[in-house]
Amino acid sequence: MATDIGPPDFRAMLPEVIKKNYGKWKYHEILRPGVLKHVSEDGDILYTIRVGSPRLLAIDTVRDICDIADKFCNGHLRFTSRHNIEFMVTDESKVEPLIQEIRNKLGFPVGGTGRCISNIVHTQGWIHCHTPATDASGVVKAIMDELYEYFVEEKLPAKLRISEACCGNMCGAIHCSDIGIVGMHTRPPSRIDDENFLTWCEIPTTLASCPTAAIRRHTTEDGKKTVRIIEERCMYCGNCYTVCAAMPIAHPEGDGVAIFVGGKVSNAKTPPKFPRLASPWIPNNPPRWPEVVSAVKNIVEVYAKHARKGERLGDWIDRVGWPTFFRLTGIPFTEKHIDDFTGALATYRTSTHLKL
Amino acid sequence: MVEKGKTPMLDELERGPWPSFVREIKRAGRKKEAPNDLLKQLELSYKDKVTHWKHGGVVGVRGYGGGVIGRYSDSPEEFPNIAAFHTFRVNQPSGWFYTTKALRQICDIWERFGSGLTNFHGSTGDLILLGAPSENIQPCFDALTEEAGFDLGGSASVLRTPSACVGPARCEYACIDTLDLCNDITHTFQDYIHRPHWGYKFKIKISGCPNDCVAAIARADLPIVGTWRGALRIDQDAVREYVNNGFDIENEVVRQCPTEALEWDANLKELRLRAEECVRCMHCINMMPKALRPGVEKGATILIGGKAPLVKGARLGWVLIPFMKLEPPYTELKDLLERIWDWWDEHAMTRERVAELIERLGMAKFLKAIGIEPCPEMVWQPRTNAFIF
Repeated sequence: MATDIGPPDFRAMLPEVIKKNYGKWKYHEILRPGVLKHVSEDGDILYTIRVGSPRLLAIDTVRDICDIADKFCNGHLRFTSRHNIEFMVTDESKVEPLIQEIRNKLGFPVGGTGRCISNIVHTQGWIHCHTPATDASGVVKAIMDELYEYFVEEKLPAKLRISEACCGNMCGAIHCSDIGIVGMHTRPPSRIDDENFLTWCEIPTTLASCPTAAIRRHTTEDGKKTVRIIEERCMYCGNCYTVCAAMPIAHPEGDGVAIFVGGKVSNAKTPPKFPRLASPWIPNNPPRWPEVVSAVKNIVEVYAKHARKGERLGDWIDRVGWPTFFRLTGIPFTEKHIDDFTGALATYRTSTHLKL
Repeated sequence: MVEKGKTPMLDELERGPWPSFVREIKRAGRKKEAPNDLLKQLELSYKDKVTHWKHGGVVGVRGYGGGVIGRYSDSPEEFPNIAAFHTFRVNQPSGWFYTTKALRQICDIWERFGSGLTNFHGSTGDLILLGAPSENIQPCFDALTEEAGFDLGGSASVLRTPSACVGPARCEYACIDTLDLCNDITHTFQDYIHRPHWGYKFKIKISGCPNDCVAAIARADLPIVGTWRGALRIDQDAVREYVNNGFDIENEVVRQCPTEALEWDANLKELRLRAEECVRCMHCINMMPKALRPGVEKGATILIGGKAPLVKGARLGWVLIPFMKLEPPYTELKDLLERIWDWWDEHAMTRERVAELIERLGMAKFLKAIGIEPCPEMVWQPRTNAFIF
């Protein structure tokens, strides 16, 4: 039994042209959406075809992907940090037949580069997670069907990164995306399992897990040690359920999604920043989440219409101001938008720089 | 196969131009029963608007404390083929490069032991094998390591699978060898990845330049972001070519520079840089990759404390070391990591990330403990209050 062998050395996975030009790339161009051209110091050229995928793949589809890479790319390929597949060729005449093969055999779109919307980074949702407040794959599918043109065509002022996380744990790291969609619980854990509490959970760990000290000890009438929630203190973060299986927080009507906008991780022009709340809660409405899809589409279209060339969503909002953002998008501004958590004070305006 | 009409809501998601995950589940369901039960359970979730996965369940392989996520259906009688449906996190090769031979080996193993469903990739970076029964976990792991040469990634309170951008393999912006560094630290710290040593998780992500394509600053407890010292490089002929082709250098580059470090001399057709003003934001290089390049003295900015919101709010990484040379065997970085882990392990409460511990005990204590001198690059501005002593 082998353990601790670690991952295979990436060098064994690299195509020859990359081994030869490793660290020697000079510049790149985007020839068209989804097609990159990299040129090395030695004049070698590499074409990359970026392909959107649903992230969840059957192994027979992975084998189809391998067949394409065997036929065109000498048996090499890579994936991006946003679930895209990348096929790489050195011969320009192979680019078009490769794209045709991708279209015919996989039916997956080519795009996602430059001023496109790239693939939506997302989480497991109802497919495979125990804490979600919404699904992930279904929400993503519904949004990308509607925003498909923005993946295959460069129609935006700048790149736009959308991410989806099915609860506040944010495995999808949505908290620095241009548009972040996050699953929201809005009811406290109401079905505490007193029978199994001490079998499944530790009381001190459960009490300590609560950021607002909303959980207190409780003994039932028949003497069972358990806990209760001070409901007005609960902020529905679900951290208690993560440490204690006896406190399920999911609720069919209470769960939904929130939309945050204007985050980024790149340092280009402006520092990395968190996105801010646009829509506090939209109900789960499977299978196509129409209210979520139209809310996201509205933000994308307003941004595409008003931002300057090269301006990320958050940079545009910072320039025109949040009152303008809410006016142009028609999203109502409510007391929910005013922060009351850690760091809230830094968000209250302390100037009279107002557009009146 | 799932009988026609049994999953109407999910069938709807086979329509439309974007690739459908439902089609993938159905495709896997032609060979195995588990994907069909998964589809039916998911349809029930779409109807009920809640998950039908139970909380946790400890499963694993001999000798490891992480890498497999236990998952049990809450309706095992109804969906017996996914009653136990555990997930493997398989540590990806740096930069997510694969040969088809390696991928086919993984597919063959997963056909033998699992559902045939995968994620390329999970959020932390691992290749995800989605759904195997309990009795197949050890044999599947043995096949992955012995036949395919792959190992598991991290889960629970361990060093999570490090990940890196494409780096020097295919990017001219790369200021460090992200792939070699990722591979090196992954192998160096295998013990920390497979066996929980600490009170909570620790993540390392490596981006080759300040564009930060793996979102290190937002997601890693120790973000590593490539950068350079000295002036960026300008090829004036290539700049002129951009301008001659109609590129609006004044509005798209010069006026966008956050520190006004650039000037375009329209008469001499020359782009001038006040190198001492440049903050290495990458904007001008992104706009004119044929003409502008990072400087020659390369390294990385090391930050500390990036994390998602739970529990005390999301944190972006804070600058810890403005510039560190990063060359094999990366001793300075590895020593720094051990000092950070020692202090964090000594002082942290259960489920307290390093950023939350620094907030609780103070940056000054942290810096002293790990032997790093304060410098003004660490803060946006000095303190405003007089409660100094």
